Amino acid sequence: MWRHAWYLARKDLLVEFRSRTAILSAVVFTVLVLMVFNFGRDPTAVAAVDLAPSILWVTFTFAAMLALNRAFQLELENQALDGLLLAPVSRSSIYLGKLIANLVFVATVEAVGLPLFALFFNVPILHVLGPLVAVIALATVGFVAVGTLFSAMTARTRFAELLLPVLLLPFMIPPLIWAVLATAALFAGRPLSEATGWLRLLAAFDIVFVMLAFVLFPATVNE
Amino acid sequence: MKLLQTGRWITAVGLVLLAGVYVRALAFTPVERFQGPAQKIYYVHVPSAVVSMMAMGLVGLAGILFLLLKDQRFDRFGEASAEVGTAFSVVMLTTGPIWAKPIWGTWWTWDARLTLTLFLFLLFLGYLLLRGAVTDPGLRARYSAVLGICGLVLLPFIHLSVYLFRTLHPQPIVLKPSAPSLPGEMLVTLLVSFLVFVLLYVGFVMQRYALSLLREEAAHA
Repeated sequence: MWRHAWYLARKDLLVEFRSRTAILSAVVFTVLVLMVFNFGRDPTAVAAVDLAPSILWVTFTFAAMLALNRAFQLELENQALDGLLLAPVSRSSIYLGKLIANLVFVATVEAVGLPLFALFFNVPILHVLGPLVAVIALATVGFVAVGTLFSAMTARTRFAELLLPVLLLPFMIPPLIWAVLATAALFAGRPLSEATGWLRLLAAFDIVFVMLAFVLFPATVNE
Repeated sequence: MKLLQTGRWITAVGLVLLAGVYVRALAFTPVERFQGPAQKIYYVHVPSAVVSMMAMGLVGLAGILFLLLKDQRFDRFGEASAEVGTAFSVVMLTTGPIWAKPIWGTWWTWDARLTLTLFLFLLFLGYLLLRGAVTDPGLRARYSAVLGICGLVLLPFIHLSVYLFRTLHPQPIVLKPSAPSLPGEMLVTLLVSFLVFVLLYVGFVMQRYALSLLREEAAHA
Protein backbone atom coordinates (compact mmCIF):
# COMPACT_ATOMS: atom_id res chain seq x y z
CA MET A 1 0.00 0.00 0.00
CA TRP A 2 2.71 2.45 0.96
CA ARG A 3 4.67 1.58 -2.13
CA HIS A 4 1.67 2.34 -4.35
CA ALA A 5 0.96 5.52 -2.46
CA TRP A 6 4.53 6.57 -2.93
CA TYR A 7 4.41 5.88 -6.68
CA LEU A 8 1.25 7.96 -6.99
CA ALA A 9 2.69 10.82 -5.01
CA ARG A 10 5.84 10.69 -7.09
CA LYS A 11 3.81 10.80 -10.27
CA ASP A 12 1.94 13.90 -9.08
CA LEU A 13 5.09 15.60 -7.92
CA LEU A 14 6.88 14.73 -11.13
CA VAL A 15 4.08 16.30 -13.17
CA GLU A 16 4.36 19.31 -10.91
CA PHE A 17 8.10 19.49 -11.11
CA ARG A 18 8.18 19.22 -14.90
CA SER A 19 5.62 21.93 -15.50
CA ARG A 20 6.16 24.06 -12.40
CA THR A 21 3.14 26.23 -13.24
CA ALA A 22 1.00 25.40 -10.20
CA ILE A 23 3.77 25.60 -7.64
CA LEU A 24 5.09 28.86 -9.08
CA SER A 25 1.64 30.43 -9.15
CA ALA A 26 1.03 29.29 -5.59
CA VAL A 27 4.29 30.84 -4.43
CA VAL A 28 3.64 34.09 -6.28
CA PHE A 29 0.13 34.11 -4.87
CA THR A 30 1.54 33.73 -1.35
CA VAL A 31 3.88 36.66 -1.87
CA LEU A 32 1.01 38.78 -3.18
CA VAL A 33 -1.23 37.94 -0.22
CA LEU A 34 1.57 38.93 2.14
CA MET A 35 1.89 42.23 0.26
CA VAL A 36 -1.84 42.85 0.49
CA PHE A 37 -1.58 42.39 4.23
CA ASN A 38 1.18 44.94 4.38
CA PHE A 39 -1.04 47.57 2.79
CA GLY A 40 -4.09 46.47 4.73
CA ARG A 41 -2.72 47.48 8.13
CA ASP A 42 -1.69 50.68 9.83
CA PRO A 43 1.86 50.07 11.13
CA THR A 44 1.65 52.99 13.54
CA ALA A 45 -1.50 51.66 15.19
CA VAL A 46 -0.93 47.91 15.38
CA ALA A 47 2.46 46.36 15.99
CA ALA A 48 3.45 43.80 13.37
CA VAL A 49 3.94 41.12 15.99
CA ASP A 50 0.31 41.43 17.12
CA LEU A 51 -0.97 40.86 13.62
CA ALA A 52 1.70 38.38 12.61
CA PRO A 53 -0.08 35.13 13.58
CA SER A 54 -3.21 36.10 11.66
CA ILE A 55 -1.21 37.20 8.61
CA LEU A 56 0.76 33.98 8.57
CA TRP A 57 -2.29 31.73 8.89
CA VAL A 58 -4.62 33.54 6.53
CA THR A 59 -1.87 33.41 3.91
CA PHE A 60 -1.26 29.70 4.46
CA THR A 61 -5.00 29.01 4.36
CA PHE A 62 -5.37 30.63 0.95
CA ALA A 63 -2.26 28.95 -0.39
CA ALA A 64 -3.42 25.53 0.81
CA MET A 65 -6.82 26.05 -0.76
CA LEU A 66 -5.18 26.82 -4.07
CA ALA A 67 -3.06 23.70 -3.87
CA LEU A 68 -5.96 21.45 -2.93
CA ASN A 69 -8.13 22.63 -5.77
CA ARG A 70 -5.41 21.47 -8.09
CA ALA A 71 -5.05 17.95 -6.68
CA PHE A 72 -7.89 16.20 -8.47
CA GLN A 73 -8.34 18.72 -11.25
CA LEU A 74 -5.15 17.21 -12.57
CA GLU A 75 -6.84 13.81 -12.94
CA LEU A 76 -9.83 15.12 -14.86
CA GLU A 77 -7.93 15.73 -18.06
CA ASN A 78 -8.20 12.80 -20.49
CA GLN A 79 -10.10 10.77 -17.87
CA ALA A 80 -6.89 10.17 -15.98
CA LEU A 81 -8.89 9.42 -12.86
CA ASP A 82 -10.61 6.47 -14.54
CA GLY A 83 -7.21 5.11 -15.48
CA LEU A 84 -6.08 5.53 -11.91
CA LEU A 85 -9.13 3.68 -10.61
CA LEU A 86 -8.62 0.85 -13.10
CA ALA A 87 -5.04 0.39 -11.96
CA PRO A 88 -4.55 -2.49 -9.52
CA VAL A 89 -4.03 -0.28 -6.49
CA SER A 90 -6.38 0.09 -3.55
CA ARG A 91 -8.49 3.22 -3.21
CA SER A 92 -6.83 3.93 0.10
CA SER A 93 -3.39 4.08 -1.47
CA ILE A 94 -4.74 6.58 -3.99
CA TYR A 95 -5.80 8.71 -1.06
CA LEU A 96 -2.45 8.33 0.66
CA GLY A 97 -0.62 9.19 -2.53
CA LYS A 98 -2.69 12.31 -3.07
CA LEU A 99 -2.27 13.26 0.58
CA ILE A 100 1.50 12.95 0.38
CA ALA A 101 1.69 14.91 -2.88
CA ASN A 102 -0.52 17.66 -1.46
CA LEU A 103 1.50 17.81 1.73
CA VAL A 104 4.74 18.18 -0.19
CA PHE A 105 3.16 20.84 -2.39
CA VAL A 106 1.74 22.87 0.52
CA ALA A 107 4.93 22.42 2.55
CA THR A 108 6.97 23.82 -0.34
CA VAL A 109 4.75 26.87 -0.54
CA GLU A 110 4.95 27.32 3.21
CA ALA A 111 8.71 26.90 3.20
CA VAL A 112 8.95 29.81 0.78
CA GLY A 113 6.24 31.82 2.51
CA LEU A 114 7.62 31.62 6.03
CA PRO A 115 10.99 33.36 5.46
CA LEU A 116 9.29 35.99 3.31
CA PHE A 117 6.77 36.57 6.05
CA ALA A 118 9.58 37.01 8.58
CA LEU A 119 11.36 39.35 6.19
CA PHE A 120 8.36 41.50 5.23
CA PHE A 121 6.95 41.93 8.71
CA ASN A 122 10.20 41.89 10.60
CA VAL A 123 9.13 39.06 12.87
CA PRO A 124 12.01 37.23 14.55
CA ILE A 125 11.24 33.56 13.96
CA LEU A 126 14.67 31.99 14.31
CA HIS A 127 14.59 31.52 18.07
CA VAL A 128 11.20 29.74 17.88
CA LEU A 129 11.79 28.02 14.57
CA GLY A 130 11.53 24.45 15.89
CA PRO A 131 8.19 24.80 17.68
CA LEU A 132 6.85 27.03 14.91
CA VAL A 133 7.60 24.40 12.28
CA ALA A 134 5.88 21.83 14.50
CA VAL A 135 2.76 24.00 14.71
CA ILE A 136 2.74 24.59 10.96
CA ALA A 137 3.29 20.90 10.21
CA LEU A 138 0.53 19.71 12.53
CA ALA A 139 -2.01 22.25 11.29
CA THR A 140 -1.14 21.57 7.66
CA VAL A 141 -1.55 17.82 8.02
CA GLY A 142 -4.99 18.37 9.56
CA PHE A 143 -6.46 20.53 6.88
CA VAL A 144 -4.74 18.91 3.94
CA ALA A 145 -6.14 15.55 5.10
CA VAL A 146 -9.70 16.86 5.02
CA GLY A 147 -9.00 18.98 1.96
CA THR A 148 -7.72 16.04 -0.08
CA LEU A 149 -10.89 14.11 0.69
CA PHE A 150 -13.12 17.06 -0.21
CA SER A 151 -11.25 18.00 -3.35
CA ALA A 152 -11.83 14.46 -4.64
CA MET A 153 -15.53 15.21 -4.31
CA THR A 154 -15.66 18.80 -5.50
CA ALA A 155 -13.38 18.27 -8.51
CA ARG A 156 -16.20 16.55 -10.33
CA THR A 157 -18.88 19.08 -9.50
CA ARG A 158 -19.83 22.38 -11.01
CA PHE A 159 -18.12 25.42 -9.42
CA ALA A 160 -15.36 23.21 -8.01
CA GLU A 161 -13.07 26.14 -7.21
CA LEU A 162 -15.77 27.83 -5.17
CA LEU A 163 -17.31 24.79 -3.57
CA LEU A 164 -14.09 23.47 -2.05
CA PRO A 165 -13.45 26.53 0.15
CA VAL A 166 -17.10 26.66 1.18
CA LEU A 167 -17.00 23.04 2.33
CA LEU A 168 -13.48 23.07 3.67
CA LEU A 169 -13.29 26.32 5.65
CA PRO A 170 -15.58 25.16 8.48
CA PHE A 171 -13.23 22.20 8.86
CA MET A 172 -10.12 24.37 8.70
CA ILE A 173 -11.21 26.84 11.33
CA PRO A 174 -10.73 24.70 14.46
CA PRO A 175 -7.12 23.80 13.59
CA LEU A 176 -6.57 27.39 12.50
CA ILE A 177 -7.78 28.72 15.84
CA TRP A 178 -5.36 26.46 17.69
CA ALA A 179 -2.50 27.20 15.30
CA VAL A 180 -3.02 30.96 15.60
CA LEU A 181 -3.09 30.74 19.40
CA ALA A 182 0.04 28.59 19.50
CA THR A 183 1.82 30.89 17.05
CA ALA A 184 0.83 33.95 19.04
CA ALA A 185 2.19 32.37 22.23
CA LEU A 186 5.46 31.58 20.44
CA PHE A 187 5.89 35.04 18.91
CA ALA A 188 5.14 36.71 22.22
CA GLY A 189 8.03 34.79 23.73
CA ARG A 190 5.84 32.81 26.11
CA PRO A 191 7.16 29.58 27.57
CA LEU A 192 6.73 26.58 25.32
CA SER A 193 4.36 24.93 27.77
CA GLU A 194 1.68 27.46 26.85
CA ALA A 195 1.62 26.17 23.30
CA THR A 196 1.73 22.44 24.03
CA GLY A 197 -1.99 22.27 24.83
CA TRP A 198 -2.83 23.62 21.38
CA LEU A 199 -0.30 21.30 19.79
CA ARG A 200 -1.96 18.34 21.46
CA LEU A 201 -5.35 19.43 20.13
CA LEU A 202 -3.89 19.79 16.66
CA ALA A 203 -2.41 16.32 16.89
CA ALA A 204 -5.76 14.87 17.99
CA PHE A 205 -7.50 16.58 15.07
CA ASP A 206 -4.86 15.22 12.68
CA ILE A 207 -5.20 11.65 13.90
CA VAL A 208 -9.00 11.68 13.82
CA PHE A 209 -9.36 13.29 10.43
CA VAL A 210 -6.55 11.47 8.64
CA MET A 211 -8.13 8.21 9.73
CA LEU A 212 -11.65 9.34 8.87
CA ALA A 213 -10.63 10.59 5.43
CA PHE A 214 -8.69 7.38 4.84
CA VAL A 215 -11.80 5.32 5.61
CA LEU A 216 -14.21 7.55 3.71
CA PHE A 217 -12.16 8.18 0.60
CA PRO A 218 -13.13 4.95 -1.24
CA ALA A 219 -16.75 6.13 -1.08
CA THR A 220 -15.93 9.29 -3.01
CA VAL A 221 -14.51 7.58 -6.11
CA ASN A 222 -16.60 5.60 -8.51
CA GLU A 223 -16.79 1.85 -8.22
CA MET B 1 -49.39 9.81 -1.12
CA LYS B 2 -49.82 8.46 2.34
CA LEU B 3 -46.51 9.69 3.71
CA LEU B 4 -47.12 13.21 2.48
CA GLN B 5 -50.59 13.25 4.02
CA THR B 6 -49.37 11.96 7.37
CA GLY B 7 -46.53 14.48 7.32
CA ARG B 8 -49.00 17.29 6.66
CA TRP B 9 -51.21 16.19 9.50
CA ILE B 10 -48.33 15.96 11.95
CA THR B 11 -47.10 19.39 10.88
CA ALA B 12 -50.58 20.87 11.26
CA VAL B 13 -50.94 19.39 14.74
CA GLY B 14 -47.46 20.64 15.57
CA LEU B 15 -48.31 24.18 14.47
CA VAL B 16 -51.51 24.24 16.51
CA LEU B 17 -49.59 22.95 19.53
CA LEU B 18 -46.91 25.59 18.91
CA ALA B 19 -49.56 28.27 19.19
CA GLY B 20 -50.69 26.53 22.37
CA VAL B 21 -47.12 26.59 23.73
CA TYR B 22 -47.01 30.31 23.12
CA VAL B 23 -50.29 30.90 24.87
CA ARG B 24 -48.88 29.00 27.80
CA ALA B 25 -45.51 30.77 27.62
CA LEU B 26 -47.00 34.26 27.45
CA ALA B 27 -50.00 33.93 29.75
CA PHE B 28 -49.39 31.06 32.12
CA THR B 29 -45.64 31.04 32.69
CA PRO B 30 -44.14 33.52 35.14
CA VAL B 31 -42.10 36.44 33.80
CA GLU B 32 -38.40 36.06 34.52
CA ARG B 33 -37.29 38.48 37.23
CA PHE B 34 -34.18 39.97 35.60
CA GLN B 35 -34.84 39.63 31.90
CA GLY B 36 -38.53 40.45 31.82
CA PRO B 37 -40.62 39.56 28.76
CA ALA B 38 -37.50 39.15 26.59
CA GLN B 39 -36.94 35.77 28.18
CA LYS B 40 -40.09 34.43 26.49
CA ILE B 41 -38.13 33.88 23.29
CA TYR B 42 -36.27 31.16 25.18
CA TYR B 43 -39.15 28.76 24.49
CA VAL B 44 -38.56 28.97 20.74
CA HIS B 45 -34.84 29.48 20.74
CA VAL B 46 -33.66 26.57 22.86
CA PRO B 47 -35.89 23.87 21.32
CA SER B 48 -34.98 24.93 17.79
CA ALA B 49 -31.29 24.86 18.72
CA VAL B 50 -31.58 21.37 20.20
CA VAL B 51 -33.58 20.11 17.24
CA SER B 52 -31.15 21.49 14.67
CA MET B 53 -28.25 19.88 16.54
CA MET B 54 -30.19 16.63 16.52
CA ALA B 55 -30.86 17.05 12.80
CA MET B 56 -27.12 17.33 12.10
CA GLY B 57 -26.47 14.23 14.18
CA LEU B 58 -29.10 12.34 12.20
CA VAL B 59 -27.62 13.55 8.90
CA GLY B 60 -24.28 12.08 9.98
CA LEU B 61 -25.91 8.88 11.15
CA ALA B 62 -27.86 8.57 7.90
CA GLY B 63 -24.54 9.03 6.08
CA ILE B 64 -22.93 6.18 8.00
CA LEU B 65 -25.92 3.90 7.39
CA PHE B 66 -26.04 4.82 3.72
CA LEU B 67 -22.39 3.96 3.16
CA LEU B 68 -22.81 0.68 5.02
CA LEU B 69 -26.13 -0.49 3.58
CA LYS B 70 -26.29 1.44 0.28
CA ASP B 71 -29.98 1.99 0.90
CA GLN B 72 -31.45 4.95 -0.98
CA ARG B 73 -33.83 5.71 1.88
CA PHE B 74 -31.04 6.89 4.15
CA ASP B 75 -29.91 9.35 1.52
CA ARG B 76 -33.40 10.77 1.17
CA PHE B 77 -33.69 10.99 4.92
CA GLY B 78 -30.32 12.76 5.18
CA GLU B 79 -31.38 15.32 2.61
CA ALA B 80 -34.70 15.93 4.34
CA SER B 81 -33.09 16.16 7.75
CA ALA B 82 -30.48 18.63 6.48
CA GLU B 83 -33.06 20.91 4.92
CA VAL B 84 -35.30 20.88 7.96
CA GLY B 85 -32.24 21.34 10.19
CA THR B 86 -31.27 24.40 8.15
CA ALA B 87 -34.71 25.88 8.74
CA PHE B 88 -34.49 25.25 12.48
CA SER B 89 -30.99 26.68 12.69
CA VAL B 90 -32.24 29.82 10.94
CA VAL B 91 -34.92 30.10 13.62
CA MET B 92 -32.24 29.67 16.27
CA LEU B 93 -29.87 32.17 14.68
CA THR B 94 -32.55 34.83 14.30
CA THR B 95 -34.20 34.46 17.69
CA GLY B 96 -30.80 34.43 19.41
CA PRO B 97 -29.71 37.97 18.48
CA ILE B 98 -33.22 39.34 19.09
CA TRP B 99 -32.88 38.11 22.65
CA ALA B 100 -29.22 39.03 22.96
CA LYS B 101 -29.64 42.69 22.02
CA PRO B 102 -31.70 43.72 25.07
CA ILE B 103 -30.06 41.25 27.45
CA TRP B 104 -26.37 41.26 26.48
CA GLY B 105 -26.47 44.65 24.78
CA THR B 106 -25.07 43.19 21.56
CA TRP B 107 -26.49 41.25 18.65
CA TRP B 108 -23.58 38.92 18.36
CA THR B 109 -20.65 37.78 20.42
CA TRP B 110 -18.10 35.05 19.81
CA ASP B 111 -19.33 33.00 22.68
CA ALA B 112 -18.77 29.24 22.49
CA ARG B 113 -22.37 28.33 21.85
CA LEU B 114 -22.92 31.06 19.28
CA THR B 115 -19.85 30.05 17.34
CA LEU B 116 -20.88 26.42 17.46
CA THR B 117 -24.34 27.14 16.12
CA LEU B 118 -22.97 29.33 13.34
CA PHE B 119 -20.72 26.45 12.34
CA LEU B 120 -23.71 24.15 12.39
CA PHE B 121 -25.58 26.47 10.06
CA LEU B 122 -22.62 26.68 7.68
CA LEU B 123 -22.26 22.90 7.69
CA PHE B 124 -25.90 22.54 6.70
CA LEU B 125 -25.44 25.09 3.93
CA GLY B 126 -22.30 23.34 2.67
CA TYR B 127 -24.15 20.03 2.67
CA LEU B 128 -27.04 21.45 0.66
CA LEU B 129 -24.69 23.28 -1.72
CA LEU B 130 -22.78 20.06 -2.37
CA ARG B 131 -26.04 18.26 -3.12
CA GLY B 132 -26.99 21.02 -5.51
CA ALA B 133 -23.66 20.86 -7.32
CA VAL B 134 -23.65 17.13 -8.05
CA THR B 135 -26.00 15.98 -10.79
CA ASP B 136 -25.51 12.20 -10.70
CA PRO B 137 -27.82 10.77 -7.99
CA GLY B 138 -25.53 7.91 -6.95
CA LEU B 139 -22.53 10.20 -6.66
CA ARG B 140 -24.57 12.79 -4.83
CA ALA B 141 -25.71 10.29 -2.24
CA ARG B 142 -22.18 9.09 -1.53
CA TYR B 143 -20.68 12.58 -1.46
CA SER B 144 -23.27 13.93 0.90
CA ALA B 145 -22.92 10.88 3.15
CA VAL B 146 -19.17 11.55 3.39
CA LEU B 147 -19.72 15.21 4.16
CA GLY B 148 -22.41 14.42 6.73
CA ILE B 149 -20.10 12.01 8.56
CA CYS B 150 -17.27 14.56 8.55
CA GLY B 151 -19.68 17.16 9.93
CA LEU B 152 -20.73 14.84 12.70
CA VAL B 153 -17.09 14.27 13.69
CA LEU B 154 -16.28 17.97 13.44
CA LEU B 155 -18.96 19.16 15.87
CA PRO B 156 -17.24 17.94 19.08
CA PHE B 157 -13.98 19.51 17.87
CA ILE B 158 -15.60 22.88 17.31
CA HIS B 159 -17.24 22.63 20.68
CA LEU B 160 -13.96 21.78 22.32
CA SER B 161 -12.04 24.52 20.55
CA VAL B 162 -14.39 27.41 21.19
CA TYR B 163 -14.91 26.25 24.72
CA LEU B 164 -11.19 26.18 25.47
CA PHE B 165 -10.71 29.42 23.58
CA ARG B 166 -13.06 31.23 25.89
CA THR B 167 -11.98 29.64 29.13
CA LEU B 168 -8.34 30.41 28.53
CA HIS B 169 -9.02 33.97 27.45
CA PRO B 170 -11.66 35.42 29.77
CA GLN B 171 -13.96 37.90 28.09
CA PRO B 172 -16.70 40.08 29.53
CA ILE B 173 -18.89 37.36 30.98
CA VAL B 174 -21.85 36.56 28.78
CA LEU B 175 -23.20 33.26 29.88
CA LYS B 176 -26.53 31.73 29.16
CA PRO B 177 -28.89 31.00 32.04
CA SER B 178 -28.49 27.33 32.76
CA ALA B 179 -31.45 25.07 32.34
CA PRO B 180 -31.46 22.99 35.54
CA SER B 181 -32.03 26.04 37.76
CA LEU B 182 -35.26 26.79 35.94
CA PRO B 183 -38.42 27.07 38.04
CA GLY B 184 -40.89 24.23 37.54
CA GLU B 185 -43.45 26.08 35.45
CA MET B 186 -40.84 27.40 33.02
CA LEU B 187 -39.29 23.96 32.77
CA VAL B 188 -42.64 22.42 31.88
CA THR B 189 -43.23 25.05 29.18
CA LEU B 190 -39.76 24.43 27.80
CA LEU B 191 -40.19 20.67 27.72
CA VAL B 192 -43.59 20.92 26.07
CA SER B 193 -42.15 23.32 23.52
CA PHE B 194 -39.28 20.93 22.91
CA LEU B 195 -41.68 18.07 22.21
CA VAL B 196 -43.66 20.27 19.83
CA PHE B 197 -40.49 21.14 17.96
CA VAL B 198 -39.57 17.48 17.65
CA LEU B 199 -43.06 16.85 16.30
CA LEU B 200 -42.62 19.65 13.78
CA TYR B 201 -39.26 18.20 12.78
CA VAL B 202 -40.86 14.81 12.18
CA GLY B 203 -43.70 16.37 10.19
CA PHE B 204 -41.38 18.46 8.04
CA VAL B 205 -38.97 15.59 7.40
CA MET B 206 -41.82 13.29 6.37
CA GLN B 207 -43.09 15.85 3.90
CA ARG B 208 -39.64 16.53 2.53
CA TYR B 209 -38.96 12.81 2.22
CA ALA B 210 -42.21 12.33 0.33
CA LEU B 211 -41.24 15.21 -1.90
CA SER B 212 -37.97 13.52 -2.92
CA LEU B 213 -39.92 10.35 -3.65
CA LEU B 214 -42.28 12.29 -5.89
CA ARG B 215 -39.36 13.97 -7.58
CA GLU B 216 -37.69 10.65 -8.30
CA GLU B 217 -40.94 9.28 -9.71
CA ALA B 218 -41.33 12.34 -11.91
CA ALA B 219 -37.75 11.96 -13.13
CA HIS B 220 -38.31 8.32 -14.08
CA ALA B 221 -41.70 8.90 -15.70
